[in-house]
Amino acid sequence: MTLARETLTINMGPQHPSTHGVLRLVLELEGEVIVSCQPVIGYLHTGIEKEMENRTYHQNIALVDRIEYLSSYHEELAYCMAVEKLLGVEVPKRAQYIRVILCELNRIASHLVWLGTTGIDLNVSSLLMYCFRDRERILELSEMVSGQRMMPGYFRIGGVAADLPEEFEPAARQFLEEFPRRLDEYEAMLTDNLIWRRRHEGVAVLSREDALAYGVTGPTLRGSGIAYDVRKAFPYSSYDDFEFDVPTGERGDAFDRYRVRMEEMRQSRRIVLQALDRLPLGPVITGDRKVALPPRAELVRSMEAVIHQFKLVSEGIHPPKGEVYAAVESPRGEKGYYIVSDGSNRPVRVRVRAPSFSNLQALPAMVRGGMLADVVVAIASIDIVLGDVDR
Amino acid sequence: MTAVVVEALLKSAVLLFVLLTATAYEVLLERKLLGRFQVRYGPNRVGPWGLLQPLADGIKLLTKEDFAPAGADRVVYVAAPVLLMTVALFVYAVIPFGPEVELFGRRVTLYLADVNTALLLVLGASSLGVYGLILGGWSSNSKYSLLGGLRSSAQVISYELSLALAVLAVVLEAGSLSLVRIVQAQEQGWFVLRQPVAFLVFFLSALAETNRAPFDLPEAEQELVAGYQTEYGGFKFVMFYIAEYLAMITQGALAATLFLGGWHGPLLPPVVWFVLKVLLFVVVLIWIRATVPRVRYDQLMGLGWKVLIPVALLNLLVSAVLLL
Repeated sequence: MTLARETLTINMGPQHPSTHGVLRLVLELEGEVIVSCQPVIGYLHTGIEKEMENRTYHQNIALVDRIEYLSSYHEELAYCMAVEKLLGVEVPKRAQYIRVILCELNRIASHLVWLGTTGIDLNVSSLLMYCFRDRERILELSEMVSGQRMMPGYFRIGGVAADLPEEFEPAARQFLEEFPRRLDEYEAMLTDNLIWRRRHEGVAVLSREDALAYGVTGPTLRGSGIAYDVRKAFPYSSYDDFEFDVPTGERGDAFDRYRVRMEEMRQSRRIVLQALDRLPLGPVITGDRKVALPPRAELVRSMEAVIHQFKLVSEGIHPPKGEVYAAVESPRGEKGYYIVSDGSNRPVRVRVRAPSFSNLQALPAMVRGGMLADVVVAIASIDIVLGDVDR
Repeated sequence: MTAVVVEALLKSAVLLFVLLTATAYEVLLERKLLGRFQVRYGPNRVGPWGLLQPLADGIKLLTKEDFAPAGADRVVYVAAPVLLMTVALFVYAVIPFGPEVELFGRRVTLYLADVNTALLLVLGASSLGVYGLILGGWSSNSKYSLLGGLRSSAQVISYELSLALAVLAVVLEAGSLSLVRIVQAQEQGWFVLRQPVAFLVFFLSALAETNRAPFDLPEAEQELVAGYQTEYGGFKFVMFYIAEYLAMITQGALAATLFLGGWHGPLLPPVVWFVLKVLLFVVVLIWIRATVPRVRYDQLMGLGWKVLIPVALLNLLVSAVLLL
């Protein structure tokens, strides 16, 4: 008599507490060991890429916010940079610094959401509350500059919508003053916690080779020991003015990715402080009237300004014919925009290089042979945003 | 004879009332404390300081649809929570809350029964509880429930061993299985001082026995939705819930009885001391839940079989040699 070995197939998601959105995994289990894992995506498909073809370049800023919704500032920056490249517009130094400040604050906020959700995935529900308490401060800062906590719509093609308000700098500095102590507290609670380590060390290992083969970027790639960071490799928006380190891991396990992200938050704080210290004076949006709206005061005096205003508001920007790719380092990895223009006021095609999408590809390789409980850790450790995966 | 029966009935009724109320407020206490640990308020809308919250929760759950999933084994599906709750309540028949007191001119014992095998009854009852988990998980006809049920049965059975071994050390010290006798034996000194290792093993096993964090794997919502409870709702869910929180109090009462001197303590009346000790235990359990991550299943089993049981056995051996 032969014993038939049967595997159990279970469906994790799309409504599942720890798939961080509407990810669905078809897991084949032998006992509690994963034999195979197949991600099924598309539950949050919004058609944003297609939708962008029907809107003017400027209107699209409101759309891109909703792709990687935890780091909208990076999304806006990548999109604006792509259009600026197409136009050949120079962004004023002050605007570049303001963009850096908000992006790095946004990175901290995004990493805090990652830390908090990793916490609830491992049943440290308190951690989520602590992280959201700190994130709240960053959202308030975002509200100060843009009027919105999330989906700010603050960056413009050629600069930013408005200068920083007066109360921004003291509030930001106060937050950055208190933040390292908070981080130390969380690290004291987690890094040396035996259970936390046991759940992360050697779990969901992604080798250097696999990481490269799957096109993984961001902290997930750096956790595997490759120091690729768009901010260093292809500096944009004055990132080469600032000093910061790119932390990397060695073993490529979930614990390395945890350590990389924790360190990145400290590095982001360092960048923001440098940017605040050296914030240059000057305009916050380009003076090119074909790209940016003229100031209100000019409208009453100059007919030309009125015409520019009318053309920009009714038609929008007309970038020259061409194709362009621009990328930033979002909290999840390389976020790129590939835009094809035919010279009209709407893009012909926009393709978003989504870090969550390529990082998710590596999930089956990470969890194969592991335990069911490790899947949760693996998903948390690649920190996907489903809006980014499906677009 | 009639008086004895009436007394026992009255005591049972009071005990039942107290226990069920205590369970309800234990849930509120947990939510309040967790709230404070997590820099928020916890429930504070229903009644003053949210004190009527358990009532509101109860009404909500009791008025829910009596639901059963398609393909479920109806009889077992209903029987599982009933069994679990009955067993959880049954334990209190032998747990002593205090010594004899004068009430209405009668000498009344603050326990239902002083059985000379009380400890065996307690351990046996908690073993029976496993059936509730397995049957609940199996009869729901859901993979998540089944996995949850399998996990809990493996976990509870493993940790029952170390729990029993830890408790045996106390039995050696007291020379009796009667809980009343064990408390009386601690008049001079609590067993936690004489048996610290046993207490530690007992504490960890109790965490696992009650499915509390960090060993709350059977209901690891991140992996198994809600484990064996996944397909339960309404009143049947309440019964699982009561059983679970009652188990926390039970382990607290056992810890107090076996290691913390039961009702013994200076100044305050004995019953108050007992309640305080149980409360302390419960608060510590809640505190732990707010702080630590959950262990993985294989790590949990490893801890039970490779650490706790050998340690408990060794401790038992050493105690036996020293006492004899």
